[in-house]
Amino acid sequence: MARAVTNRRKAIITVAAWAVGIAIFFPILWIVILSFKTEGDAIRSPLEVLTSTWSLISYETVLERSNYFRHFWNSVILSLGSTVIGLIIAVPAAWAMAFVPGKHTKDVLMWMLSTKMLPPVGVLVPMYLIFRDLGLLDSRVGLVFVLTMINLPIIIWMLYTYFREIPGEILEAARMDGASLRDEIIYVLTPMAVPGIASTLLLNIILAWNEAFWTLNLTAAKAAPLTAFIASYSSPEGLFYAKLSAASTMAIAPILIMGWFSQKQLVRGLTFGAVK
Amino acid sequence: MATQHSRAAARLMISPAVLLLLGWMLIPLCMTLYFSFLRYNLLMPGMEEFAGWTNYRFFLTDPAFMDALVNTLLLVGGVLVITTVGGTLLALLLDQPFWGQGIVRILVIAPFFVMPTVSALVWKNMFMNPVNGLFGHLFHWLGLQPYDFLSQAPLMSIIGIVSWQWLPFATLILLTAFQSLDQEQLEAAEMDGAPALSRFWYIMLPHLARAITVVILIQTIFLLSIFAEILVTTNGGPGTASTNLTYLIYMQSLLQFDVGGGSAGGVIAIILANIVAIFLMRMIGKNLDA
Repeated sequence: MARAVTNRRKAIITVAAWAVGIAIFFPILWIVILSFKTEGDAIRSPLEVLTSTWSLISYETVLERSNYFRHFWNSVILSLGSTVIGLIIAVPAAWAMAFVPGKHTKDVLMWMLSTKMLPPVGVLVPMYLIFRDLGLLDSRVGLVFVLTMINLPIIIWMLYTYFREIPGEILEAARMDGASLRDEIIYVLTPMAVPGIASTLLLNIILAWNEAFWTLNLTAAKAAPLTAFIASYSSPEGLFYAKLSAASTMAIAPILIMGWFSQKQLVRGLTFGAVK
Repeated sequence: MATQHSRAAARLMISPAVLLLLGWMLIPLCMTLYFSFLRYNLLMPGMEEFAGWTNYRFFLTDPAFMDALVNTLLLVGGVLVITTVGGTLLALLLDQPFWGQGIVRILVIAPFFVMPTVSALVWKNMFMNPVNGLFGHLFHWLGLQPYDFLSQAPLMSIIGIVSWQWLPFATLILLTAFQSLDQEQLEAAEMDGAPALSRFWYIMLPHLARAITVVILIQTIFLLSIFAEILVTTNGGPGTASTNLTYLIYMQSLLQFDVGGGSAGGVIAIILANIVAIFLMRMIGKNLDA
């Protein structure tokens, strides 16, 4: 009888867990609610906010006025671009380290990880000057490069932990049957590696989408992604609650949905395989 | 076993990643080191000259540095305490069987996916604004004086915002750790009459130790670099009340154009981060052997 869960106990835990869950989620829920209100209604007391009429006017104004699409598009290009380029560089590297480990493989992996420990502000000045001199300030090309480099260690590590789970015997069997390195990669490895690559892709899009140090410091108007665009609401414009809410809702919705799909991979990716 | 041929191929496949990361790390790092010994201000081009340790002396003796250092420690420490304690309790709760587990889990991890600028602005305007924020309305109802969180307790407010962002991360990792706990051991302890608290203390907590360490180390790396949240809420103020090291260096380099001083600060930030990194790397390295 010891572990039998009574329904009463389960009900109490259900209420407690839901209460905590809703409390934590509440700020997000609140901006979604405010985004469907008019500017005047959005700053009223909570009860009046909830009972006032719903409207799409804030979305319309944000989309009309502020080049919203350009910033959204910048976010898409930066996160997708840096992730895809990162994968192109990382897949061969992780593959080689997982299946042809050498004496120094571990050292190389640890060293790659150590580049991630470098605080970005430590190299802010030289990066800024390099970008200025190369004319890369406020350009998408430059930012794609930076985002690729800051996430590359995570990509390699995640892929490495996935690839290592692919049994080596399968590769040996393929080799015995006369498969070339190319055949091995295309017919044996790729199908088994796709799930790992997909989750790596997902997690990195999320990380790149939300990156808010380099995107804030190296862009102005042209290449600014949503992180930087939303930051412009920190001026008195932030007092326009409904518009800020509409802009924010559109900025976080796609990534929230992706994030929910990748919650398992998140643990593995962000702990570099230390917790699975 | 790997042949000579495949070894060469492997090396070829790793090299682009290694070369890129090497360049990405070494070039700016060497530049930062070099600049940190120069008198170099972007407003006075062509006036660069060797300055020895002057930049370091100025940076370290600036009262703002001590403030920023203390703030950084409070920010990192405060968020770590809130998220690890809160995360452990929350993981303990979510690990129990209840109705709607999947949905509650989704609600709890959501804040982690909200971009830093959005979460900071939402808390600043919709909650902490003394007039129109929800807390303002709440205080009004309770008949209390309105409280301007970000100007009267700026650092505490930022700790609160950042904790909200990182609580899901701690919870998720600790929940994953809970799920690998040996249930039979727990049952045995329960049958032997061990009370809930000792079961938690002697069985669960030791099992969680590793996950908690990982949470603390990884969060520290990210928390040392908190920037956007400060930029959009307080700008480091009032005064230096909410300036952390990252923000101080940003101000010195990009607002005062003091390349030399900013670089000296950068080197100090790198040294601090490395102290944490060494511990983290050791833990992850151990896992690699297993």
